Amino acid sequence: MDIQPILKTLRHQKTAALLIAFEIALSCAIICNALFLIAHRLDRSNMPSGVAEAELVRIQVGSIGEQDDDNARIDEDVAGLRGIPGVVSVAAVQQVPFGGSSWNSGLRIAPEQKNSVVNATSYFDGGGVVRTFGLELLAGRDFTADEYVDFDTLFSANGDQSRLSSAIITRSLGEKLWPGENPLGKAIYLGKEPIRVVGVVAALVRPSIFDDSLAGYSAIYPVRGAQYTQYVLRVGDGSSDAIIEQAAVTLRELQPNRIVLNTDTFTELREEYFQQDRVMAGLLVAVIAALLTVTALGIVGLASFWVQRRQRQIGIRRALGATRGNVLRYFQTENFLIVTAGIAAGMFAAYAINRWLMQHYELPPLPLHYLPIGAFALWALGQLAVLAPALRAMQVPPAVATRSV
Amino acid sequence: MLHYYVWLAARSVRRNPALTALMVLAIGIGIGASITTLTVLRVLSGDPLPQKSDVLFYPQLDPQDSNDYRPGEEPPNQLTYVDAMSLLNANRADRQAVMSGGAAALVPDKQGLDPFAVDLRYTTADFFAMFEVPFLHGSPWSATEDAAHERVVVISRELNDKVFDGGDSVGRMLRLDDHDFRVVGVLDAWRPNPHFYDLNTGNYDDSEDAFVPLDSAIDLGMGRHGSMDCFGDEPLSPDETLRSPTCSWLQFWVELATPEKQQAYENFLVAYSEEQRALGRFERPTNVRLRGLMEWLDYQKVVPGDVRLQVWMSFGFLLVCLVNTTGLMLAKFLGRSSEIAVRRALGATRRSIFAQFLLEAGAVGAVGAVLGLALALAGLAAVRLQPVDYAELAHLDVWMFGAALAMALVASLLAGLLPAWQACSVAPALQLKSE
Repeated sequence: MDIQPILKTLRHQKTAALLIAFEIALSCAIICNALFLIAHRLDRSNMPSGVAEAELVRIQVGSIGEQDDDNARIDEDVAGLRGIPGVVSVAAVQQVPFGGSSWNSGLRIAPEQKNSVVNATSYFDGGGVVRTFGLELLAGRDFTADEYVDFDTLFSANGDQSRLSSAIITRSLGEKLWPGENPLGKAIYLGKEPIRVVGVVAALVRPSIFDDSLAGYSAIYPVRGAQYTQYVLRVGDGSSDAIIEQAAVTLRELQPNRIVLNTDTFTELREEYFQQDRVMAGLLVAVIAALLTVTALGIVGLASFWVQRRQRQIGIRRALGATRGNVLRYFQTENFLIVTAGIAAGMFAAYAINRWLMQHYELPPLPLHYLPIGAFALWALGQLAVLAPALRAMQVPPAVATRSV
Repeated sequence: MLHYYVWLAARSVRRNPALTALMVLAIGIGIGASITTLTVLRVLSGDPLPQKSDVLFYPQLDPQDSNDYRPGEEPPNQLTYVDAMSLLNANRADRQAVMSGGAAALVPDKQGLDPFAVDLRYTTADFFAMFEVPFLHGSPWSATEDAAHERVVVISRELNDKVFDGGDSVGRMLRLDDHDFRVVGVLDAWRPNPHFYDLNTGNYDDSEDAFVPLDSAIDLGMGRHGSMDCFGDEPLSPDETLRSPTCSWLQFWVELATPEKQQAYENFLVAYSEEQRALGRFERPTNVRLRGLMEWLDYQKVVPGDVRLQVWMSFGFLLVCLVNTTGLMLAKFLGRSSEIAVRRALGATRRSIFAQFLLEAGAVGAVGAVLGLALALAGLAAVRLQPVDYAELAHLDVWMFGAALAMALVASLLAGLLPAWQACSVAPALQLKSE
């Protein structure tokens, strides 16, 4: 197909052609970045937690008034919860993945170090966390019964921090603290006393992710009776609703004077935690759909107008021997040329927008494969939009050439 | 003449309804999206206390030890109990209040009402006067009650309705956790947005259900909400952290009526910090801030980044809609080249042709504005369904209503400029000859 006559015709109506190309360029730039943002948000909301989410339930209770003996209370609760049919195991812990509030500490790897190496979150395992969460132990072991220390003996004016001697950390935290080395047996320091790493787990996400790159930095300590202790139940694959209900009843029977604050499955916790990301992804999908629609309608409108204006020319061409197919392809090629020009400009604009987003929203650079995706979408859209007007052009009879208006 | 143009415009709509509808739709959707996101942004970046925000300040100090010190860092966002109380008792500002969020289980006397959790604010006497909190009954407690650690409470209108069935409940007792508090005041509805005085409990959170003197709450070990940063190697129990000089968890606000007072207060903060350094308590170089309310909100980035991103997105979309409309108008106007040629040949000036087409563009904008407003109302209704703390604030106000109209008109006129210019440049002789 000869594109010379097309280019020549386009020069006669360059304003309209430029407008379409400009619109395509803008759409291309926005769509590439929107697609990238969507992928980024969805990735984030699917961030691995390292725990057996499908099988876990979290129960948070608040009591009215002072507790006489927190540890005895917790032991009794755990025993009661474990007795519920369908409950596989129970953990008492002061924070949970995606739960929001968290206890964080700067970790050092030598007692005299002035600046901490990394800020990690601290899970206080009141018993059964590794087993109940379903953490994958890559090396080392779970805590032994004699390693557990009471929170009160550690944290008080005359507390004895040397009693806390072991920790389990995530692989990523180990890699951050001692790059390329095996963390097992090495010591971390919260205060002046060494805490030995006895186990390494594959992953355990923070309760609250303020920076995605730090999401995996978690340490577990064998500390019982911490403030805000809550219960995590592993319930197997069955329905958790009946178990949650029963758990609330059991807890109230054990001590009537308290309020069950929250009961959530971990699926709910994750959903709630990443709600904003999913809403944003949904909005972006809507924006892309709206952009494609508006652009397509714009192309249909302008192409129809062109076909209408060029009735006589089309008739003349038909009379001079052009086939219907020639006419159809003429309009398709014309659209392809305009859209291609738009896409070419759109690529640069997409890159520029991405630069700006990187500066203001801490986004990674736009992976190059998004550009052909956006380009292909717009080529397809252009061809689809021009089809109806081009088909109408195809129907113009050669006799039009002989008529005068 | 205007009549004639309107008549021409109406005729043109009738001749080409699909194209006109498309233009109206494009402008409408673009305006609807932009106004929705702009309204949300406007609500979120609003001034919580317009009449006072310029005299309220948030002092910051850096009391930390030299571990983990990185020069140039901002001081912590909150104060330790020791510093907050020193600044409060120094009484150098017109008004000052220390505060933190908390929660307790409320055990109602009322029959048929189970114990439920309430959000609390632990604060000091000036809180109410400084933030101009409206009272329905009673009054705030005074510094005397603060000093005596008295168990008094100011409750919200909502809580008063729920627990005491409304009415003047001053003097009645309210049971929070295991402790009885005497009601001294009942507030009228009060919800500053953002929740500026404490951004730890949610930027656009509702204000609290009840207010209790800070020291009484600490004495009774009542539950605390918010964030706490401790430094130093001292192992402290949760109770000990509260009055410790090494744990920052309190917000502190001051009212300073004049620039002279602000300068004097900043000097006072520097002097206090220097004094603490001399005593050996502060180990880092003096690093104080005295940010005004709006500056503080800005520094804390209260407006979610996503909301700004949405605004940019909607404007990008509006731009595409505009370009689209320009193209369609061009098609539409040039489709009437013969009509233009005839009118020009009969003596119409370029200017009048230009005016006529611009008027037609404006008409498209006006209809587009109506559609855009309808879409914005729908969009805001959708925002209110979102599970975010600012959801219920998303309403269109008069200003945004006007902005929608103005934006649609300006947008459509901009879109019409180029097509109208091209239309009035149609050479009548050439056009008539070719027909």
